[in-house]
Amino acid sequence: MSTVFLALQDVDDSRPVVEAIKKDNPSAVVESQPAMIRITAEGELVVKRETVSNESGTDWDPQDIHLILISFGGNVDEDDDYFKIFWQD
Amino acid sequence: MQIDIKAKEVKPIRHTYSHIARRFGEDKPATRYQEAVLDVQAVDNFHYRPTWQPDKELYDPTRTAIIMEDWYSFLDPRQYYYGTYTMARAKQQASADQSFKFVEKRNLLDQIPTDVKQTILDYVVPLRHYEWGANMNNYQICAMGYGAAITSAAAMHGADRLGNAQYITRIALALSDNDTSVLDNALAGWTDKTQWQGLRKLVEDSLVVQDWFELFVAQNLVMDGLVMMLFFEKLEAQLVAAGASTYAMLTEFIVDWHAESMRWVDKQISVAISESEANADLLNGWFAQWTDAAQGALAPLADALFDNGSEVISSITESLKSRAAKAGVSV
Amino acid sequence: MANKLNMRDRYKLMTRLGWETSYQPMDKVFPYDSYEGIKIKDWDAWEDPFRMTMDAYWKYQGEKEKKLYAIMDAFSQSNGHLNISDARYVNALKLFLQGVSPLEYQAHRGFARQGRHFTGEGARVACQMQSLDELRHVQTQIHGMSHFNKYFDGFHDFAHWHDRVWYLSVPKSFFDDANTAGPFEFMVAIGFSFEYVLTNLLFVPFMSGAAYNGDMSTVSFGFSAQSDEARHMTLGLEAIRFMLEQHEDNVPIVQRWIDKWLWRGYKVLSLVSAMMDYMLPESPMSWKEAWEVYFEQNGGALFNDLARYGITVPDYAEICTKEKEHLSHQVWGILYNHTAAAAIHTWMPDDAKMNWLSEKYPDTFDKYYRPRFEYWRDQAENGNRYYSQTLPLVCQTCQIPMGFTEPDDPTQISYRVSEYNGDKYHFCSDPCKAIFDFEPEKYCHAWMPPQQIFQGNCGGEGLPAVLEHYKFNLGADNMDYVGSPDEANWNLWKGLNGSVSGDVKAS
Repeated sequence: MSTVFLALQDVDDSRPVVEAIKKDNPSAVVESQPAMIRITAEGELVVKRETVSNESGTDWDPQDIHLILISFGGNVDEDDDYFKIFWQD
Repeated sequence: MQIDIKAKEVKPIRHTYSHIARRFGEDKPATRYQEAVLDVQAVDNFHYRPTWQPDKELYDPTRTAIIMEDWYSFLDPRQYYYGTYTMARAKQQASADQSFKFVEKRNLLDQIPTDVKQTILDYVVPLRHYEWGANMNNYQICAMGYGAAITSAAAMHGADRLGNAQYITRIALALSDNDTSVLDNALAGWTDKTQWQGLRKLVEDSLVVQDWFELFVAQNLVMDGLVMMLFFEKLEAQLVAAGASTYAMLTEFIVDWHAESMRWVDKQISVAISESEANADLLNGWFAQWTDAAQGALAPLADALFDNGSEVISSITESLKSRAAKAGVSV
Repeated sequence: MANKLNMRDRYKLMTRLGWETSYQPMDKVFPYDSYEGIKIKDWDAWEDPFRMTMDAYWKYQGEKEKKLYAIMDAFSQSNGHLNISDARYVNALKLFLQGVSPLEYQAHRGFARQGRHFTGEGARVACQMQSLDELRHVQTQIHGMSHFNKYFDGFHDFAHWHDRVWYLSVPKSFFDDANTAGPFEFMVAIGFSFEYVLTNLLFVPFMSGAAYNGDMSTVSFGFSAQSDEARHMTLGLEAIRFMLEQHEDNVPIVQRWIDKWLWRGYKVLSLVSAMMDYMLPESPMSWKEAWEVYFEQNGGALFNDLARYGITVPDYAEICTKEKEHLSHQVWGILYNHTAAAAIHTWMPDDAKMNWLSEKYPDTFDKYYRPRFEYWRDQAENGNRYYSQTLPLVCQTCQIPMGFTEPDDPTQISYRVSEYNGDKYHFCSDPCKAIFDFEPEKYCHAWMPPQQIFQGNCGGEGLPAVLEHYKFNLGADNMDYVGSPDEANWNLWKGLNGSVSGDVKAS
């Protein structure tokens, strides 16, 4: 299984997203780098609308991730309720 | 370490980029718009010939017959660079979004009489395909044009047209409670119904025009000038009178957008014409030719929509001609 | 209650707006997407890489721009350039504005062309959006650097330089190559190889470097641009997947393009390697580390994923693995020697930096490069700073001067030669030669700076005439950092040793 990664800007809007990722992807590794937060996981990482919305207290649209996203490695699957990065193998 | 910075010591050594200062004839502060577009496109020493058009350079002023001494004369009166453009559209879309939500939440479209709804579905919704053609033509202008001033604005204009097509699609879905067959019917109307064939042929003919400035005249001045007036002024007034005032809330984006972009379009026309007599001759010819064709193409639609279709066509053509005359076209 | 449409279906309705033309033949409306030999059976199989309608695009992008320009305004109002680590750092920005920003513009036009000319609507819309994004990038970069241009040399004529100056032929020829190729090759070149595989090596180190060196304006535009890059990467990956899935005959063509374009991109990034290891006073990571994370690790995962189509890692990956120990040092050496004809400053690293390089490159720096660099530094300190007065032979494909060594012998310069139509062409490496040999009729036309200078097409004979043609401010835009107006101004502003009294102006 290959590693996927997600790099987010180290800004306030990212915090509920990172918290939600930790909850929904217990094996994800979160590290701080200059001005960015890098998250890695085996095979797949999912960001769920409901979890982020609970964290932030406002309705979070998965497309809002475009405001804080720096980079990623993997394939993308996005829908009304989630944003997912994955490798198929 | 305490650093003592004396304000007078931190003076700029220049005020703008040199290529801009050369244009000004002096080094003085430039606007963000100027720095964003002026001389941004490469002009010299291209490495390879395009495999898709080996007789031209990658960026080549001879992809149109008009000749400009300075292609950066094509400035945008709105001074749009990407930032000002997206911020302006973001505001407009927020207000459009409010209107859609307001109308949808209160089911206000239910108050439109069924036959009026049907007219919108049959005679406005197919325009999403017209807008799609306009989108393609403006990206063609961006891709094949010369100088970052007009080509960058064309890209934005092309994006606007996709936005228009999407707003029209949204209107169709709102009118039909998300019944997607209305879009299939609109496509069938566009491809098969007699009244639409003139306009569809006009659009398809424009898609193969090789000269990008002719394409600018055909699409952005002539075709849009007439289509917007016919459908979003004349027809809209008739629809509102027949009980579709909520519909007018939903077309506001397109109507406002057209009023705004006419300023850009007309400016480009007047810049090209005032450059030389040779340019003026070309533009006059293109204008006459495309206006003739467009009048004919729209006539069956006008006849289907209005009791006095031919008068409507004459009246919008007259308006277009007087608008073009103001930009310097001999009509 | 309204029928609900899911995101996927709704987006299709919002973008599938085309029709089969009949008044004009389809192949006249879309004349460019068949000549490369890529076989497309069904454009409807295109999977949208992202699903953003124009209204959402305007909303998100408008918001990002608002934030970004607020930061830029604050940066210039507060003279943010005074907070950077050292004025040497600014040379990384100069290289970026001269070499990279014009490529963003090229990408804008290239994606506009594909955005008009692909037959498939989904592909067109995605390309159009990227075209707009790329316009954003070139413009925000020009705006971001505008403040630096007011206080430092080496920015002021970037557009003029990009068309002319010898080392900028490296990035320019790269993008001219992609833009003169057909639409599918362009997607493999830029969408996939550059945006998906290599862009992280450009942006992440650059922006982390900016963050490390106190340049918050660049961090902001960089990371803000990267948020678009994420969409671009998805497009690049979908484009390649689509080609591979449409027809098995496409696989060898795509493989050849991947091989070609990863190498072309890698050579362009060699300039970034020198920037990372030498120009940044504070380096967040070495080129070698960045290569390992972003190419070997992430790229490895990608190629595992593409293996099912029969796509493999290019054969020359091994060369890159060997070269990662040498690349930045060799490029910095080339730039250092030719700084008289470059609109950047170079310098020899101080002891602290040399020690950092020894630590990051334990197998190569002390052995091959430190002695040379210490010698050059001594020479410079004794008033014998060496500047080459001529341009060396450059590689016909990547256009970098012939300064790279054999992969297995770091003491031997690597030369390769091909003959075409009775003329000899020179290359820095096997992959550069292979690229030429496959399409000699294209690459023999490259605009080669040294040859052009010798033919008198760059202002005349001799370096002074050429530099005038380049519109350099002599002694300000070029030459060593030590003794430059940049250095003098910096020392003055910061009240450091060596500051001179009164205003310092660029000559």
